[in-house]
Formats: sequence, C-alpha cells, structure tokens
Amino acid sequence: MTAMLRDITLGQYYPADSPIHKLDPRVKLLGTLIYIISLFIFKGIPAFVLTVIFLIAVIRISKVPFSYMVKGLKAIVILMIITGLFNLFLTPGTEWVHFWIFTITYEGAKSAAMMLIRLIFLIVGTSLMTLTTTPNQLTDGLEKSLHPLNKIHVPVHEIAMMMSIALRFIPILIEETDKIMKAQMARGADFESGSILKKAKAMIPLLVPLFISAFRRANDLAMAMEARCYHGGEGRTRMKPLRYQKRDHIAYVILFLYLALIIALRFVWVNYAVALL
Amino acid sequence: MGIIKARKLVHEYIRRDEEGNVESIQTALDKVDLDVKAGEFIAILGHNGSGKSTLAKHINAILEPSEGSLWVDGYDVSDDANVWEVRQRAGMVFQNPDNQIIASVVEEDVGFGPENVGVPTDEIWRRVEESLKAVGMLKYRHHSPNKLSGGQKQRVAIAGVMAMQPKCIVLDEPTAMLDPNGRKEVLKAVHELNRKKGVTIILITHYMEEVVEADRVYVMDNGRVVMQGLPRELFSQVDELKKYRLDVPQVTLLAHELRNSGLKGIPAGILTREELTEAISRLCQSY
Amino acid sequence: MSIILDKVNYVYSAGTAYEIQALKNINLQMKDGEFIGIIGHTGSGKSTLIQHLNGLIRATSGGIYYNGEDIYAEDYNMKGLRSKVGLVFQYPEHQLFETTIFDDVCFGPLNQGLSKNEAGIRAFEALNSVGLPEDLYYQSPFDLSGGQKRRVAIAGVLAMKPEMIILDEPTAGLDPKGRDEILNQIAKMHKERGITVILVSHSMEDVAKYVDRIIVMNQGEVMFDGIPKDVFRHYRELEAVGLAAPQVTYLMHELKDRGFPVAADATTVEEAKKEILEMIGRVSGR
Repeated sequence: MTAMLRDITLGQYYPADSPIHKLDPRVKLLGTLIYIISLFIFKGIPAFVLTVIFLIAVIRISKVPFSYMVKGLKAIVILMIITGLFNLFLTPGTEWVHFWIFTITYEGAKSAAMMLIRLIFLIVGTSLMTLTTTPNQLTDGLEKSLHPLNKIHVPVHEIAMMMSIALRFIPILIEETDKIMKAQMARGADFESGSILKKAKAMIPLLVPLFISAFRRANDLAMAMEARCYHGGEGRTRMKPLRYQKRDHIAYVILFLYLALIIALRFVWVNYAVALL
Repeated sequence: MGIIKARKLVHEYIRRDEEGNVESIQTALDKVDLDVKAGEFIAILGHNGSGKSTLAKHINAILEPSEGSLWVDGYDVSDDANVWEVRQRAGMVFQNPDNQIIASVVEEDVGFGPENVGVPTDEIWRRVEESLKAVGMLKYRHHSPNKLSGGQKQRVAIAGVMAMQPKCIVLDEPTAMLDPNGRKEVLKAVHELNRKKGVTIILITHYMEEVVEADRVYVMDNGRVVMQGLPRELFSQVDELKKYRLDVPQVTLLAHELRNSGLKGIPAGILTREELTEAISRLCQSY
Repeated sequence: MSIILDKVNYVYSAGTAYEIQALKNINLQMKDGEFIGIIGHTGSGKSTLIQHLNGLIRATSGGIYYNGEDIYAEDYNMKGLRSKVGLVFQYPEHQLFETTIFDDVCFGPLNQGLSKNEAGIRAFEALNSVGLPEDLYYQSPFDLSGGQKRRVAIAGVLAMKPEMIILDEPTAGLDPKGRDEILNQIAKMHKERGITVILVSHSMEDVAKYVDRIIVMNQGEVMFDGIPKDVFRHYRELEAVGLAAPQVTYLMHELKDRGFPVAADATTVEEAKKEILEMIGRVSGR
C-alpha cells in the first residue's frame, strides 16, 4: 500500500505531450489566476458562454482525460451541496416555490446555480493547472515570478526551496508514519477505538517519533546541502531555467484578450440591463 | 603535501547548560594526524563513537577544529574564507540515502551541487550526464528517487558529489543502511571512481569486508588513531581489532583460529577465501 | 504455542495497475521454543510475512491459526494476538517517545490492561533481561547511544511477555561489537525464557551462528525451510537468487572441490575449524 502512496504527488500530475504541458509554469499560474478572476466578474450569458468555451478549449488542448477533471470535484461535493442549499433557501426575493417552512426564490435559484457553476469551474480550472504542471515546475514558476518580492526582503528563493523539499519528502513521511503506526500497534496501541479524547491521546506515540524523525531528517538534509555548497539563492545558476518561448507569448496574449473581453462584456451587459429598465 | 593533511587535530563537543556555563566536554578527536596522498583509497575503521564521523566532517569543513589543523588540497579548513573551496574539493556522502537527496527527479538532484556554485546551464547538463554514467545510473535520470533501492539512491548521492568535480570524496558509513546487494553496488561504484577517475576516496565504515581492497587503513578508538597500515597488516592483529570493538571477516577469523591451534603453515593476515584455500592446500601438500 | 500458515497469499493494491503479489501460497508451521532465521533479499516478502504473524497485515486469502484458533474468525481478539506475538521492527529506537526509558517500556504492558504497578514490574524485568544498567532507567531515551536505545525498544516488546518474538534486522546499523552483543542477548533470552524467536536478517553468518532453523524467502515464496546445514548446502541456488552462504561454507566447498577429504557443510567458524583441523590431522598422519 505504501508502495503505491509513494507514487502519488500532490495535485496528481498527468504526463502528456500537449501545448499546455509545454507552457512555462508562470503562464499557467497567471492564467489560472486570470480565469478565477473572470469567473467572479463575468456578467451575462455571452460572458458565461465565453468562460465555458475557454475552459473546454484548454481541456481539449491539454489532452488530459475528462475523468481526471471530475476527480477533483469529488473532493468538494459536500461543499457544493452546502453552498448550493444556503443560496437556494436563504436568498431573499420573489417567491418561486414554497413548502413547509422552506422558501425558494427566483433569486435564490439563480444565485445557487451561479455559485455552483463558479465552484465547479474553479476546481476544474485549478485541477487543470496541477494536472499539466509538475510540483517542481510550479515551485520554480512561483520562485521566478515572485522574485521582485526580494526587494521587500521576502525570502522568495528560500520559500520555494522549502516547498520543493516538502514535496519531495511527503511520500517518505507518509511511509514513516505507516511504519511508526505499525510499530506502536505491535505494542498494543489502539488508534481506532475510543472517544475523541482517547484518540487524541493515542496520537502521542505516533506524533512524537514522527516529529523527532522529521527534525533528524531536516538536520541531515541541511548538512548534505551545505556539503554541496548550498548557500541560499545568491549566485545560483539553474539546470532547467525558465525561459519564455513563442508559445508562452502567444498564451499571454490570448489570456489578456480573454480577460479584456470578459470585462468589456460586463460593461456591455450592465449598459444593456440599464437600457432595458 | 598530500591532498588531506591533519596535524594534532582536536575536536571537543562542549555541552553548556541554560546559562551558557560549560557542563561537560567530550573529546571526540584527540590529536589526530592524517596524511592522504592524491588518488589513494583510504579506509577509516572504528566502532560507533570512535570519532571517525567527527573526523570525516572536518574534511569537508562541516565541523571546525577546536585545536590543531587540517588542510584539504592546501586550504586550511579553520579559515572561514576557505569553506566553499574546501567543500568543492572534498565532497561528502552520508549514511542515510534519503536524507541527502534534495530533488524529486534524479538528474535534478545531481545538478543541485553545480547549481550552487554557479556553473553555467550547459556545463551542468554535461556534468550531470558524466556523473550518472560514472556510477552506472544514467538510465534512471528521469526517475523519482523514491522508487530506487538503497544502493541506487546512494549511487545517485555519489553522482551528485561527483558533479562538483571534487578531488576527494569522503563517504561516512555509506553502506550502513543497505542490504548486501546495495553494499556491493556502492563499493563497486566507489572503487571504479578511484581507479578510473583518480578520485581520492576516504571510506568510513565498520564493515571489515569493505576495507580489504583499500590502500591503507586507519583504526580509530576514543578519538585517536590506534592502528594504521595495509589491510593485511591490520587483519593479522585479530585480537587487537576485537579490543577496539571491531571484527574481521569470517575467513580471516578462521585463519587466525587455525594458526592459534598450532597450524604454523597458515600465514597471518589472510584477507580472502582464495588465500586461505591456497594456504591449506600448500600445507597439506607439504605432508 | 504454535502458529500455522495455510495457503497464505497477500496481494498489494489488488485490482489496480500497481498490483503486486507479495506472498504466494505460504505454508508454514512454527512451534514453541524454536529459534528461526528468515533470510531473503529486499522484496522477497519477508517483512510482509512477519507482519502477518501478528495480524498487522491481513492475508488476501488463506488461513493463519494461532494455538489452533483461526485469527481471521469473526470475534478473534487481534489485539490479544499482538500481546502474544511480539514484533520488533527495524531501527526500533525510532519509535521511542516517552520522557523516560522506564515509561516507554511500560507502554506495552499498560496497553495490555495491566495496572501501573504490574507494568512497572514487567518493565524492570524486561530492561534487566536486555542488559541495561539500572542507573539509566529514568533517563530520557535521547540521552542514550544507538545500541542502548535499541535494547530499550526490544525491552518494550519483551515487557508484554509474548510467546513469540520476531526481530527484523536487529543488528542493522550497529558496529561489530554491538551486533555481537545484541545477538548474544537475543540468544540468551531465547534460552532463558524458552520463547520462540524469529530473526530476520541479511547476514548469513549471523543467522547460521544462532538459529536452529532457516526459512529462505524468495519472490514471495518459501524457497527453503530446514536446518542451517541443509539450507546452505543449496548455496548455488541461493546465489542464483542474490543470496549467499556464510563465507566458511564456500571455503569448505572449495577445499572439497580440490579433492580434500572434508565435509563441506560447516556454516560457522567453529565447525570449519574443527573440520579442517581433523582433516589436516588425518592427512599428516597424526
């Protein structure tokens, strides 16, 4: 079981040979951000259709099977249901359906639908980014794009290094947790039964060794890094430097056009709606 | 001057209490002298706590001497300004394979060292390929380290050090956490680096079988070098080795016991099976 | 005490792309007081096998009977099984967590439902039998050496008074003297307590020196099961699967191949020495 866990990386990267996969991670990071913004500022049917087309187009180009997109949604089914219900029943406005003590308004139905759509597209959009970008590409992308923050003394490089090391050690720590759990179970520890308090107490024989082990690893790793002349971000070159290609420039143009259109349609819609009144 | 030279090297671990007063002093290295020539394959033996790891950590400037001196390729490790020069010339491989691999992809980890010292991108790629080839791991370059065996991980760690083009590699008990196959793999890789690329090797271990092919062996106990010489010379002193909590390979022990039982025809310092078989054959033929 | 494994199979991640059969048709019987060594390379299934013996892993198919009872029966007390079959993992010192050694060793007995006093008595006994000096009992585990910590971890399992104790590579990472000490302690414990001891190891020499029975695991199957002499007689087959016989066994075979009148089944230095001296005695006509 742990053998399989070792293969799971955060966000489930799906390797494929697509233009989306080949894009610079900075483009994808910004692109996801822009898409999320667009989801919250669009108004009107034409803009909605645009967001849908955009998403579907990117999904198709990425060659990632649709089933993988849906996987991410499974995780938030409960959130979707709660959000949907809240919006459905608690939005004031013109009554549509009424039963017992519950009232559903037209506004409620509309806002529930909008919220659900936004959530779904948000999850799918973000999944798409993690499915087409390896965790290390993401940390590299973040490091390079947040570089200007160095001027206000934010340790960008160190944070990115911490993130990529954390990613590398997650499978190892999962395996270690399993080992320690088994070792304590062999001594009669019970992680399953009992009250919440009892279960919390039972975690001590698991957490203490785990923490100690993590500290030991950190210590060893720091020594190994220093032994290989690591001394922070100063003067470091890159084996796989991020350099923009033509496709990245094209992608940026498309992204900005998309955002511009969404904003434009919002004003057009507002004016149209005003004109109607 | 040899590539590594230590003179009266002392290292004390000082334990302080909350107020900063000295609570206890543990002398881990007690006036150690060392002379390693370029291209040699040296083994340092010792039980846990003998000071061998402490000595190793001085060679690549992770620890600083409390007294005495150590020079790596002419650079004095006590001088802070020399730290990066020393570390580039004397690379170090540690005991725990997982805790020295930084990246999630083998080739990226091997490139970590060159990246740190500002090697240009193209050159990094050249070195990474060369190093992986030298340890026989080139075909695993795109793999995640998590899927490799212990012996393979250690070889990747060695490649990572080789990519910095050091003159000398110190290996601190690199096989302690490996199974017999892994141990064989690592030792084979290390011997090849020594033979084919002329890298000076300092192997720290307590597995006697691993030192059989060394050029010279040092035995440490209590922070001091208590025995030194050729493997054969040391192996003939079975009782003394046992005194220092060490052991000898089964074959050496058997030869020793046979000698003690009166078989004078068995020479001292038998290192391999073949030697003992030969010795017994000759002895029988003499009757 | 007896354990019977009947047609035990274990498959990881059954039905997925990652499916691996870790144990194939294992049939074994272990009795009271045996001293068994299990050898096999990494991936042979030996770790998986021992985790079946105390119920940490559940077989995919097949049955395991402890003292005649089916451990997979509906109402079987699995927690109780873990009291009777003690398992010491590799690098067991990594599981120490209490503030003092004494408290850590009490963890097992307390989990068994013993009172604080009873647990304390057990802890004392156990720490004694692993040879740890009393003045260390109230120290923090982190103040001890690696070898000492390991003994504390073993004591932690012994304190549960198991009928069988399994030790996975108890000598890993220790220096030669440390290895000798721990193995001697284990042998002593086996003799004094009469419990069944299973030693999982990579070192043929260690195993040959101490155990009465060797089980060789290869690719999830039991390859050989017998006394050391018999098992190491198959040294060529062992080699073919990446294992080996003790150094001295090879030596004796080589001498025999050269025509010397020696029995080739020595597996320890003592046996080899005796054989060779006798042979020389005969050859020299003394």
